[in-house]
Amino acid sequence: MRRMTTNATYMITGHDDSQNGLVVVKMEHLKKSFGNNHVLRDINLSINKGENLAILGKSGTGKSVLIKCIVGLVELDDGKLIIFGQDISGLKNKELIEIRKKIGYLFQSGALYDSMTVRENLEFPLRRQLHSMPKEKMNSLVKESLENVGLAEAIDITPSELSGGMRKRLGLARTLILKPEIMLYDEPTTGLDPVTSKEISNLILEVQKKYNTTSIIITHDIECAKLTANRIIVIRDGICAAEGSYTDLEHSADGWIRAFFE
Amino acid sequence: MQQSQNENREAEVPEIFSETTSDSAFKKFFLEVYSLTIFTLRFFKEVFKPPYEFNELMKQSFLTGYRSLSLIGITGFIIGLVLTIQSRPAMARFGAQSWLPAMVAVTIIREIGPVITALIFAGKVGSGIGAELASMNVTEQIDAMQVSSTNPFKYLVVTRVLSATLMLPLLVVFADAIGLFGSFAGVNLKGNVSFHLFFSQIFQSLVFKDVFPAFVKTFFFGFAIGLIGSYKGYNSYKGTEGVGKAANSAVVFSSLMVFIIDMIAVQITSLFQN
Repeated sequence: MRRMTTNATYMITGHDDSQNGLVVVKMEHLKKSFGNNHVLRDINLSINKGENLAILGKSGTGKSVLIKCIVGLVELDDGKLIIFGQDISGLKNKELIEIRKKIGYLFQSGALYDSMTVRENLEFPLRRQLHSMPKEKMNSLVKESLENVGLAEAIDITPSELSGGMRKRLGLARTLILKPEIMLYDEPTTGLDPVTSKEISNLILEVQKKYNTTSIIITHDIECAKLTANRIIVIRDGICAAEGSYTDLEHSADGWIRAFFE
Repeated sequence: MQQSQNENREAEVPEIFSETTSDSAFKKFFLEVYSLTIFTLRFFKEVFKPPYEFNELMKQSFLTGYRSLSLIGITGFIIGLVLTIQSRPAMARFGAQSWLPAMVAVTIIREIGPVITALIFAGKVGSGIGAELASMNVTEQIDAMQVSSTNPFKYLVVTRVLSATLMLPLLVVFADAIGLFGSFAGVNLKGNVSFHLFFSQIFQSLVFKDVFPAFVKTFFFGFAIGLIGSYKGYNSYKGTEGVGKAANSAVVFSSLMVFIIDMIAVQITSLFQN
């Protein structure tokens, strides 16, 4: 069941599916502050398997902090964050690593390893997580991932020789090589021209269809959100201020929300 | 009126002498020491814990050791040559010219070789580690590593500190040897001493207590350079400014640490010699 709301203490309706596998990420009363800056005040959110969720909001409203909490890069102050039915706030490092294996994270900058070639960048997560993988299997996975993002010819060059769009695509290929169940995209189209942005947005859609991944997309690019998201939430003052489909929010009664879509 | 006077008095006190500034400088200094101590303890905790990053350690050893050979070699040769040329007139004044090879050898092996090599190593490798890790921090590469289920501290810091600790002593041995060849060239610029005579004089004059403490302290130099470079880079503030600051402060603090360790090493050595 889906609805649009501008209620500050919004909580997605419906029964708790986290136990039967439909809800893959569930956030309850998440709070995070940096000194006196209360970035996340009370975030309540559930994300279903196979869903593409876009998160909008002004700069500095804690969108990136929110997805960094999901992979344990930022520690929560308070609240529950349940991923695949496990509350990650109380997990030990080893258990957290197991959860991270199922999550892919596309960083805003691509976060490519400059000292490695494109091939080595893709092999890195494979070597770290699948220690005993044969060389041939690794090669075929690397080639397949690069073909998926249209970068097969760039295999032996370094990331510094790639354009911004190619770096994003390579970052995506590196993230997808482990076939994660949840994909986190941190501003995937920022700094790209409209044509390349559309290519990246289409890639996000393709990935979702091909691997049935659950995606959380942090973006300021409304076109990207429109193209990729089944559902959009807007964060304001550290809470989920609104939620709904693109069309719902585009016609929101709240002028502040509508402003994002104009 | 009273408030206005207070404001004027405060304005007269230069900022560097104000209590708040010195307090915050002290606080900053102790926080830095505390943070570096925690970082060092974490290094010792991680270094013994499997999995071991042998491949990365080999790669870093190649980069820090092999790639520094030419620079260290040239510097060592020039030091040996210059030291010999500069010392010759003073030695000649006392009629002790024949002691020149022994004097230069002891000076190079005990002090000049390790310290100068460590300073060059701090400039090349320490700053490199600081800048590399800081830029990895800025571009979220360290976060990406963590997300890929890799312990970035073990992969980046432990390997770099270990490689610096192991490679500097080898580089110092190399620099000392090249320095002695430089000295041989210096002696032969204004004289004619055979290769055999020159080196037999050197080996006769050198004793265990000249070589061993000088070699041991280079491990500590290497450790300090690797650790401070890694600490500055790993904990750099976000932004490109942080990269420059990390590289700069890595060189400054590791060079300072080289002198401090050298001073302590000399004190300890002299205690045992007495």
